[in-house]
Amino acid sequence: MEGQEKLLEIHHLHKDYGNGAVLKDVSLDIHKGEVLVLIGPSGCGKSTFLRCMNGLEQIQSGEIRLDGEVITDPKTKWSEVRQKIGMVFQSYELFPHMTVINNILLGPLKVQKKEKKEAEKEAEQLLERVGLLDKKDAYPRQLSGGQKQRVAIVRALIMKPEILLFDEVTAALDPEMVREVLDVMLELAKEGSTMVIVTHEMQFARAVADRIVFLDGGEVVEMAAPEQFFTQPETERAKRFLDTLSFE
Amino acid sequence: MQDLGIRVLFMGNNFIRLLGGLWITVKISLISVGLSIVFGLLLGMIMTLKNPIVKCLTKIYLEFIRIMPQLVLLFLVYFGATKSFGLQLSGEVSAVIVFTMWGTAEMGDLVRGALISIPKHQYESGAALGLESRQIYRYIIVPQTLRRLLPLAINLATRMVKTTSLIVLIGVVEVLKVAQQIIEANRYTVPDSALWIYGCVFFLYFIVCWPVSRLAVRMEKKWEN
Repeated sequence: MEGQEKLLEIHHLHKDYGNGAVLKDVSLDIHKGEVLVLIGPSGCGKSTFLRCMNGLEQIQSGEIRLDGEVITDPKTKWSEVRQKIGMVFQSYELFPHMTVINNILLGPLKVQKKEKKEAEKEAEQLLERVGLLDKKDAYPRQLSGGQKQRVAIVRALIMKPEILLFDEVTAALDPEMVREVLDVMLELAKEGSTMVIVTHEMQFARAVADRIVFLDGGEVVEMAAPEQFFTQPETERAKRFLDTLSFE
Repeated sequence: MQDLGIRVLFMGNNFIRLLGGLWITVKISLISVGLSIVFGLLLGMIMTLKNPIVKCLTKIYLEFIRIMPQLVLLFLVYFGATKSFGLQLSGEVSAVIVFTMWGTAEMGDLVRGALISIPKHQYESGAALGLESRQIYRYIIVPQTLRRLLPLAINLATRMVKTTSLIVLIGVVEVLKVAQQIIEANRYTVPDSALWIYGCVFFLYFIVCWPVSRLAVRMEKKWEN
């Protein structure tokens, strides 16, 4: 990754909810086109870390830069920054009172003030890609969990973000629906999207990641290429974590 | 053929008088419901605040109004206010005051419930799209709150219409009182008119409340998530 353009730079990030640090001095660079997967035991701060990246959580100290510009300033216009940093959540967070197409169009029409026809065409193309064009006028309640997550991904994609954050997007899904969502993400990775993914699906992490970041106790414990991390983890903590996941 | 009580309904201007009584009922209900919606929205928003003093005060108000029978409240305002404060409140004004106090409490609780039932991630996913706070409320939170609120608010409105029949007891001549007067006036000539006149009142209430409660059912169906 050396020499590539740095998209998101995180320096000495410190996050505290008031009862002990959740993230301690975390530093990380994310390069353009890179797929970074955050893994670690429950409560290690990986979701919080992700939420700090688009300002859903306030940080106590440290700095985050997007395209070289500091975005953790009190003067940050988050509504502008968040158009460049898309996010998909764990729970199905579609807006239940809107149809699929209107869920997708809300951002382009109200935030980016795009032409309706043009935005609608783009939305349809994206829906087609995830195989849900026929659900365009359905309400979220009529969709399965996997379908909802694919719509949520489209809703983030249509904003043309520079980077996409995925917060355990398959954790609330029935097992048979996980694959269809992961496939969409794999495809995005192949196309060169920059993504930061928090997941518990280790096989998927191994397949999709350019780099694995192992977090434990609010610290970056290990950072390595997936093959290296899963076959020869360097640290004791990473070894122990991987051991708890296997039955051998 | 036996003398039918229904005859009374068409004697003189009896039916028109009944409709006049109905108008009083509807008028008091409309004003009270309207005021309750406005104050209830405010109260509901205040009730979602985290401030413990505000929480305590609104809770006391809510419980007090709910526990008291509406009739006691009516007597308290109509007779109590006159005796203690020298206020000459008419029956209609007292009725509006009491029903607004009651409606505001009930409505406030409904609004609070609807507001806190919108999950936090609805705000967050709006924010993650780059929507500003104002837009999040306008496009995401308020429409969902209204959808949850409307059927409940309509139910409350029909309950308020029905409860206005209590105001007979503070001397307001509304539909039920007019009916009584008509029956009394014809007691000797048409002794069996009570069934017919009260039957007519029944239908008048029905005509007012039924369309409203149908509307509630239809909205509930249309908006169920």
